[in-house]
Amino acid sequence: MGETPRYYVPHTSVWPIVGSVALFVLAYGLATMIHQSTDKVAAEGTHGVWIFWTGIAVVAFMLFGWFGTVIRESVAGMNSGLMDRSYRMGMQWFIVSEIMFFAAFFGALFYARVISVPWLAGAGNNLETHTFLWPDFADTWPLFMTPGGTETEAMAAWGLPFINTVILVTSSVTVTFAHWALKKAQRIALGIWLAITVLLGCAFLLLQVIEYAEAYEELGLTLGSGIYGSTFFLLTGFHGAHVTMGTIMLAVMLFRVFSGHFTPKNHFAFEATSWYWHFVDVVWLFLFTFVYWF
Amino acid sequence: MIAHADTIPKQRHPLIAFILRWLLTTNHKEIGTLYLCLAFLLFFIGGAMAMVVRLELFQPGLQFTQPDFYNQMVTLHGLIMVFGAVMPAFVGLANWLVPLMIGAPDMALPRLNNFSFWILPFAFILLLSSMFMEGGAPNFGWTFYAPLSTTYGPPSTDYFILGVHLMGVSSVLGAINVMVTILNMRAPGMTLFRMPLFVWTWLITAFLLIMAMPVLAGAVTMMLTDRHFGTSFFEAAGGGDPVLFQHVFWFFGHPEVYIMILPGFGIASQIIPTFARKKLFGYHSMVYATVAIALLSFIVWGHHMFTSGMPLAAELFFMYATMLIAVPTGVKVFNWVATLWRGSITFETPMLFALGFVIMFTIGGFSGLMLALVPADFQYHDTFFVVAHFHYVLYPGAIFGTMAAVYYWLPKWSGRMYDERLGKIHFWTATIAVNLTFFPMHFSGLAGMPRRVVDYSIAFADFNIVSSIGAGLLGLTQILFLYIIVKALTSGEKVTDAQVWEGAEGLEWTLPSPAPLHSFHTPPEIEPDEAHAATDKA
Repeated sequence: MGETPRYYVPHTSVWPIVGSVALFVLAYGLATMIHQSTDKVAAEGTHGVWIFWTGIAVVAFMLFGWFGTVIRESVAGMNSGLMDRSYRMGMQWFIVSEIMFFAAFFGALFYARVISVPWLAGAGNNLETHTFLWPDFADTWPLFMTPGGTETEAMAAWGLPFINTVILVTSSVTVTFAHWALKKAQRIALGIWLAITVLLGCAFLLLQVIEYAEAYEELGLTLGSGIYGSTFFLLTGFHGAHVTMGTIMLAVMLFRVFSGHFTPKNHFAFEATSWYWHFVDVVWLFLFTFVYWF
Repeated sequence: MIAHADTIPKQRHPLIAFILRWLLTTNHKEIGTLYLCLAFLLFFIGGAMAMVVRLELFQPGLQFTQPDFYNQMVTLHGLIMVFGAVMPAFVGLANWLVPLMIGAPDMALPRLNNFSFWILPFAFILLLSSMFMEGGAPNFGWTFYAPLSTTYGPPSTDYFILGVHLMGVSSVLGAINVMVTILNMRAPGMTLFRMPLFVWTWLITAFLLIMAMPVLAGAVTMMLTDRHFGTSFFEAAGGGDPVLFQHVFWFFGHPEVYIMILPGFGIASQIIPTFARKKLFGYHSMVYATVAIALLSFIVWGHHMFTSGMPLAAELFFMYATMLIAVPTGVKVFNWVATLWRGSITFETPMLFALGFVIMFTIGGFSGLMLALVPADFQYHDTFFVVAHFHYVLYPGAIFGTMAAVYYWLPKWSGRMYDERLGKIHFWTATIAVNLTFFPMHFSGLAGMPRRVVDYSIAFADFNIVSSIGAGLLGLTQILFLYIIVKALTSGEKVTDAQVWEGAEGLEWTLPSPAPLHSFHTPPEIEPDEAHAATDKA
């Protein structure tokens, strides 16, 4: 029994059950909060929002503790190359599942653009639908006026969205520079490039907030302005949530670089974060092309 | 050997130590047991709801339930059986068997494994609590079509949506774990084409889960924003389309159907060769057929919506693509039959369930072929014929598959043998009950009895009486099954031999019975056997 450990299997862990309870609290709180703050159900009270944020806080605590444990194990040298591969594959398949999540919303976008909007305007064999339901409805994209008569203006591609494209593509390049610096053990260059990436992520998010404000206040483009607004906000919104997540992950990596973590050979967390960041970037390129541009 | 970080002090009160052990465990065998127990519990809850449905349908008219409560029972029965019984049971089997079959010390990501399991009980608390909420539980069917679930859904729909999100997180994390385990943790020499078919089918199931579950998450998210935040995904007045919901749902839903059957295929492919005492016929073609079925599952979703409004070209495409699935499925059935051909067959309980699986699943497959025909489907759509079809693939498919697996591997898991005579009684009563319950539904469906409706015309009364009697018997067989399991675990004959079944092959049969908590600390040697050496060259 004196051989070296082939695969480290932790005996027990408290974090998963903390996470499960936290997700339950979060989910229950979110549904309750939605009931209490929107008018479809209009439940009484305001406790939903507190339950929801408690859930978020415990999830954050769980992630902190869980990743902390894994980092300690890694620093203590308990992870074999085989385990490193498990982590890598796990992250890759997680990104695949994220791609499919966005695919659902892109599917909705293409369905609206290619099928539902033209059909409502009478395309194919749908002339009677058009004539009897909404005879004045015209097929345009962006959808300036819904069949029900809600009007909106379109978000132009070549203003803020284009600047955001440049920012995000640049940040993908800078995170790669940081990775190269890490592989050559140039810690100062690594810190600088990583810090720039974090700043670019923040800049993107700031511009996104400004863009949303402009949409709501000047263009009349809201969640309620028909399928154009629905797809616009759900796609850019979930992308923005992922950028937020990615920026936090990058900031944690920056903090870990300052703490002296990572070696040119052993830096899975950094690589996983950069994969995630590239994924978020590629999703944005599709968004820019199909939501804003064409 | 493995390094262990034992964090539980030994001097705790036994009860607390017991609870902590199951809450905090990262062991694949213990988590597999948890999955199987949860699945069995939810199987009883979902089954009790089916009993309510069949009791109400015993006679035309309203007897025991109000229409709204009946709809809630139909909805929850479907949701619980799909997400609570079949899927967790298969994940439990994967947890128990995949590391044993590939010679791995545990799952690749043991903590994540605990997380994927413990999310599930909470998800079902959220779903089941909706029954006690104002306005009642979800009542729109397990497919929750818009606008029934958006504009007209009860307030509890939002708790249902968040519950589905939790189930999705659990399934995706569990699938990632199985995927990584199979791809990364195989013992040296265990090449992909030496893997047992159960492992192969689970590899492909994991892929389907990773691809399909996030799409379901997207669908319920759009539902949530349509319900509360003014979006118009499923609202024609805003340029959206209720039919869009069906497209998104069934893009998830059809791969989901195969998620619920592929591991069953794997189980049959393990058991039939053992009791026929022959190698599985056509190992490679089995693998390729499974891959083909999985890929096709992504391009056939439209066959669930032939009557929802689609261009003729799309209907034809989905019809032909669906019929194409009969080819790889036929390859599989042919291979099972060819494995039996000239074998020295014995009929122990696992074999009976596996053979019942092959025969009755094939009946369900044929009625599926009938439903795939667009003009015929116009007649069958939303009738009891559809109910008969998918219960034939799910009950003798997924459930018989799981039961065959439990009988087959229980001696390895527990070190104790079940009562063979009771096992055979279980099989024959279950088989009679399944056919009594579901076969008449073909006829009532063809005659035009709609599904999901609490009342029906007197013309269908005879078929429904037979179905209800069958369903009651089927309910009783579950209690028999529970009794057999408990009896085996408490007073079953002890198994001392590692090789429980004479003809069984695979690494799990090299371990002692019961399998020790930690197995394959050092990876086993994989000896290429003659049959596989031949196929390795091919």
